[in-house]
Amino acid sequence: MTNPFILNAQDVSIYYGQKRAVNGVNLNVAKGTVSALIGPSGCGKTTFLRAINRMHDLTPGARVEGKILLDGSDLYGADVDAVAVRRRIGMVFQKPNPFPTMSIFDNVVSGLKLAGIRDQTVLKGIAEQSLHQAALWDEVKDRLNAPAMGLSGGQQQRLCIARALAVEPEILLMDEPTSALDPQSTARIEDLLSDLKKVTTIMIVTHNMHQAARVSDTTSFFLNGDLIEHGLTDQIFTSPRDERTEAYVTGRFG
Amino acid sequence: MTITQQQQAVISRRRSRRKTSNAVASVLIGLCVVVIMIPLIAILWYLISNGVSALSVEFFTRDPVPVGEAGGGLRNAIVGTLMLLAIASVIGIIIGVAGGVMLAEYPRNRLVPTVRLVSDVLSGVPAIVMGLVAYGLVVVTTKHFSAFAGGIALGLLMIPIVVRTSEEVLKLVPVSVREAGLALGLPQWRVILSIVLPSAASGIVTGVMLAVARVAGEASPLLFTAFGNPRLSLNPAQPVSALPLSIFNYVVSPYEAWHRLANAGALVLVILIFITTLLTRLATRRRH
Repeated sequence: MTNPFILNAQDVSIYYGQKRAVNGVNLNVAKGTVSALIGPSGCGKTTFLRAINRMHDLTPGARVEGKILLDGSDLYGADVDAVAVRRRIGMVFQKPNPFPTMSIFDNVVSGLKLAGIRDQTVLKGIAEQSLHQAALWDEVKDRLNAPAMGLSGGQQQRLCIARALAVEPEILLMDEPTSALDPQSTARIEDLLSDLKKVTTIMIVTHNMHQAARVSDTTSFFLNGDLIEHGLTDQIFTSPRDERTEAYVTGRFG
Repeated sequence: MTITQQQQAVISRRRSRRKTSNAVASVLIGLCVVVIMIPLIAILWYLISNGVSALSVEFFTRDPVPVGEAGGGLRNAIVGTLMLLAIASVIGIIIGVAGGVMLAEYPRNRLVPTVRLVSDVLSGVPAIVMGLVAYGLVVVTTKHFSAFAGGIALGLLMIPIVVRTSEEVLKLVPVSVREAGLALGLPQWRVILSIVLPSAASGIVTGVMLAVARVAGEASPLLFTAFGNPRLSLNPAQPVSALPLSIFNYVVSPYEAWHRLANAGALVLVILIFITTLLTRLATRRRH
């Protein structure tokens, strides 16, 4: 039987030195869905997200225990190269971070160009496709060689999404992608997500519950490093099983 | 709430006191600026009045002529200085930027404390001692004075400056830019080479230009490395002249004509350093 889940996290614990930030999380994400991670500040949702594409390798003293399987293969296996993992998993950060010295086009194709793909026809095709997927093509098609830093905040974030999509990741991780943006840009990006489900799987960390309710198929509620509850978004928000989940989604704390 | 007449008097007294102290401070600061400008203006005045008479097209196109003959220039010294700076820059840039990259991008590497220590020690070594080092390493082994030896001495002087400024500039590149590159699945060396270094490029260029300006005027490390050459030489394996060397030799000579040449050479050197520093400022200001 084929695994319907693209990601299986098994008993994942994450330590910063002696301090345990995430405690034994078990989570499965189905392919082609948008999965939201919610919870109050400091609950471990971002820490968990960043473990998926092995970003904690870059933090001295950080340790990840447990298994994270991407399509069956353990990302923290003995011979697994972190760089290869990050080629299969994309990430969009809270604050838009296009490469400052590059043009819009160069930014979008940077994941391919800097990995050695030089064919201009291929690059142009992928750039156009990715910019369409990020709903940015119409705004930039006439100025692909303009500096990326000349775009507005919302446009820069869509550029970062296009850049991540260009390498065709199996999962796209989004760490509070709209928290630094104005409501209009936020809405535009939220609208993207349902279309993006067709090309990849999305996991989005958000401190905005309403956003989670708007965009996601499944939701996971984190608190103090524990995964309290996980299920279909509708169920989490209308009839949560755990009283702590209910307290959070009804706004009694957080 | 209305203000009483007494309060109003206090306010206007305080206002005029502030105005006075402001005026006094402005005058004092203006005086300080003037005092700072005096040595610079004095140097330029001296060099221009004593050396400009020797400045001509010939100054830049002819080598020195024997005493007694008219004319002659410092072409050999000008070209020599440019050659030495070119050789020094290659060494300074390659080793200096590499050192800066290591300190900024791989701070947990076990060689880092050593590299930092070496850089700090190098920055304190007197220029003449660096010349001795180059003498021992290059001149003695090749049995020649040469532009290579002089360039190496100057390059060694440049390294700590380039390392320090490169490291500082690289550290200014935000972590988010690096994270974005790594999250795309690029190896760390690729992120540094193609994303971080270009972002820091103008700052690194500034550091290099500052280092060039610093070593352009050094005479002592060239005394027994480049050694000097009465004629123009484009061969880096041969002794070469340089502006600071020529100035040194000519100033202590008894000949009036040579004194004027020395002053003209000093003026050209000061202008060269001035232009380098100006270009540095323009390069940094270009950032939008």
